[in-house]
Amino acid sequence: MVDNEVKSILLAGVGGQGILRASDIICEAIMEAGLDVKKSEVHGMAQRGGCVTSHVRYGRKVYSPLAEPGSIQTLISFEKMEALRYLKFLRKDAAIIVNTEEIYPPAVNMGDAPYPEDTISFLKKHYGKVISFNAAEFAQKAGNIKTANVVLLGAASNLMDIDQSIWQNVIKNSFPEKLVKINLDAFQMGIDA
Amino acid sequence: MKVLMSGNEAIARGAYEAGVRFAAAYPGTPSTEILEEFSKYDGVYAEWSPNEKVAVEVTIGAALAGEKALAVMKHVGVNVAADPIFTVSYTGINGALVIVSADDPSLHSSQNEQDNRNYARFAKIPMLEPADAQEAKEYIKLAFAISEKFDTPVFLRSTTRVAHSKAVVTLTEPEKYKDKTGFTYNAEKYVMVPVNARTQRVEVEKRQQALKEFVEIFPENKMEISNPDVGIITAGMPYNYAKEVFPNYSYLKLGMVYPLPEKLIRNFASKVKKIYVIEELDPFLEEQIKAMGIKVIGKEIFPYTLEFDPGIIKNAIERNTEGAVSPYKKSLSPRPPNLCPGCPHRGLFYALRKQKVYVHGDIGCYTLSYMKPLEGLHSCICMGASIGMAHGMSKAMKEKGKGKVVGVIGDSTFLHSGITSLLNVAYNNSDALIIILDNSTTAMTGMQEHPGTGYTLMGKEAKKVNLKVLISALGIENIKVIDPLDQKATRSAIKEELAKDGPSVIIAQRPCALFKRANIKPKPALKVDPDKCEGCKACLGLNCPPISWKKGVTKEGSKRKGISFIDETLCNGCGLCEQVCKFGAIS
Repeated sequence: MVDNEVKSILLAGVGGQGILRASDIICEAIMEAGLDVKKSEVHGMAQRGGCVTSHVRYGRKVYSPLAEPGSIQTLISFEKMEALRYLKFLRKDAAIIVNTEEIYPPAVNMGDAPYPEDTISFLKKHYGKVISFNAAEFAQKAGNIKTANVVLLGAASNLMDIDQSIWQNVIKNSFPEKLVKINLDAFQMGIDA
Repeated sequence: MKVLMSGNEAIARGAYEAGVRFAAAYPGTPSTEILEEFSKYDGVYAEWSPNEKVAVEVTIGAALAGEKALAVMKHVGVNVAADPIFTVSYTGINGALVIVSADDPSLHSSQNEQDNRNYARFAKIPMLEPADAQEAKEYIKLAFAISEKFDTPVFLRSTTRVAHSKAVVTLTEPEKYKDKTGFTYNAEKYVMVPVNARTQRVEVEKRQQALKEFVEIFPENKMEISNPDVGIITAGMPYNYAKEVFPNYSYLKLGMVYPLPEKLIRNFASKVKKIYVIEELDPFLEEQIKAMGIKVIGKEIFPYTLEFDPGIIKNAIERNTEGAVSPYKKSLSPRPPNLCPGCPHRGLFYALRKQKVYVHGDIGCYTLSYMKPLEGLHSCICMGASIGMAHGMSKAMKEKGKGKVVGVIGDSTFLHSGITSLLNVAYNNSDALIIILDNSTTAMTGMQEHPGTGYTLMGKEAKKVNLKVLISALGIENIKVIDPLDQKATRSAIKEELAKDGPSVIIAQRPCALFKRANIKPKPALKVDPDKCEGCKACLGLNCPPISWKKGVTKEGSKRKGISFIDETLCNGCGLCEQVCKFGAIS
């Protein structure tokens, strides 16, 4: 399998955070870089504030759009506690990018369940590389809170072997013209985060 | 040209490349995007029909005129459309007809996970099953070619993982559309009265024999012989999962799952020592292959339920019961989908809950209200069932059920398959109260048009059905229209109509909060006054996403243990919580 190592990225978060758009952008960039890519996601119920995940898999030739548990190299979590939900999919040496924003599930809102504490230190204890920051704050600095997903993409691009020029192009093609600059700024903030 | 496409986008593209210009469907996850995408191509006619049965009948009509026609539905939609499907198998189709069945292993967005490959065998209709987006695009073309060649409807089965995963797809030049429409009179073939149907019944078996020969040389039934120790027979997405974890085994990948290529399967069996049949849901291939007298391993080790992934296949074959585990051992609060901020259904179910009635539910966003704390409905079976079930329960319970049985149904669902049941409610004089949750769109699947919206799939203005007039014409005399965000009016309307003898219908009318065409401007976000809030949690009973409760914010002279908060970035200002608060703390 050395000649056909397939890499996997898991994007996870809450409905409405722009996760599917972000995974589309990653796939477009991988495709531009000349590799095969497949991604998997589930629509429908997930859009009503439920959990959303997307698997992205790339290499010379990809068969499955879903990764095997225990095999994923990179987790991009768009919400803090959601990072904990899918750890069985990760390799022990996985890199994790976490948005430290907290979105409470209903039981936490009602005061019936706790919101997990010490998520970041737990992740740091168990995994090779953990990069955490508040993506919403960067997005606001870039000029639009909705670009938090692109901030996270910028951080993820540091872990991928894809030319910056490809990322720039894909982002330019992914948004209406008036939103391109804001998204490019957000992307750069993620790179520098 | 290479592009990234979902299976659904690829099916639409493939149909267009095959020269198809006619399609009909009713939206349903995971099939919806196929018609939405198809409708964007130049020169096509695409419609949302009121339900799947109508969609199939519309495409049969187009096919009899000589068109290549495409009908699309989710797996349970095929149940609705089964009646015409079984008999169009007898008549044949003149032009071409392909029916896409989008199955949902794991019930990501469905009420069951039926395996629609059984329909192919049951209705004697050939079925293709692609494994990814590229194949989806190619197979829909093959499906039309087979339909034309054998004068038969053809099924294309996809699953959620094919429909909603994306892959790199190579586009090809679309075939030029040729108008072949015209009248073909052939009553013996197309009028299915017994004497003609008996003749066509024999034709179906002749076609089956011809197809059985065809599948032996069908190039998408592919044999890949490498390691002869283990052979895998599979089809669709599970092929990818298996290839991922066992790249060196031998494979027989079936592009057509019905009918099966018996000679090819025997040939494959003679080349490998041991065979696994890998398929999600029913042992559909396995049982047929076993009936050929070939020894295979299947459901003894692979699950009958839910979708597979590479890990499930690897662990089953290696008899590994452990699998990967998470180092995080504490329980995590679940994040179930919820009604959106400003959702009109929230107001209706909050008011209904106070009446202590038994509520039969239906298919739509509002089904989510069954969960705590709204607990708005107590049964849900399938599209349109609520009205019939409410009527049946009310009749069975006689006096005991009086004023206590309710059926709720969305506008799109009512027009899909609730009209005949409401006719029954009037005809057989039911005491049940029927509430139509009219949010002006098909919200759950993503705002599709229907006959009550005033627009078509192609974006044209259309005749808009008048629900009140329609319901009145069915024979219902007690009809009230309310705004479900007005709690007082909603509660009194429900009370009044429950108290009446005979059938009543309430139309709870307010557009979906996310519906762009309704052009609703969100009102300013509401705030909780921390001095007035007594921490009683009444507002939490609405289960509205922006409302949370924080422990420890006490107040002098009050027993309160905490207070409510409203997240201003999420609140759409609908005002329900303001009406629910007894202390005037929200404004």
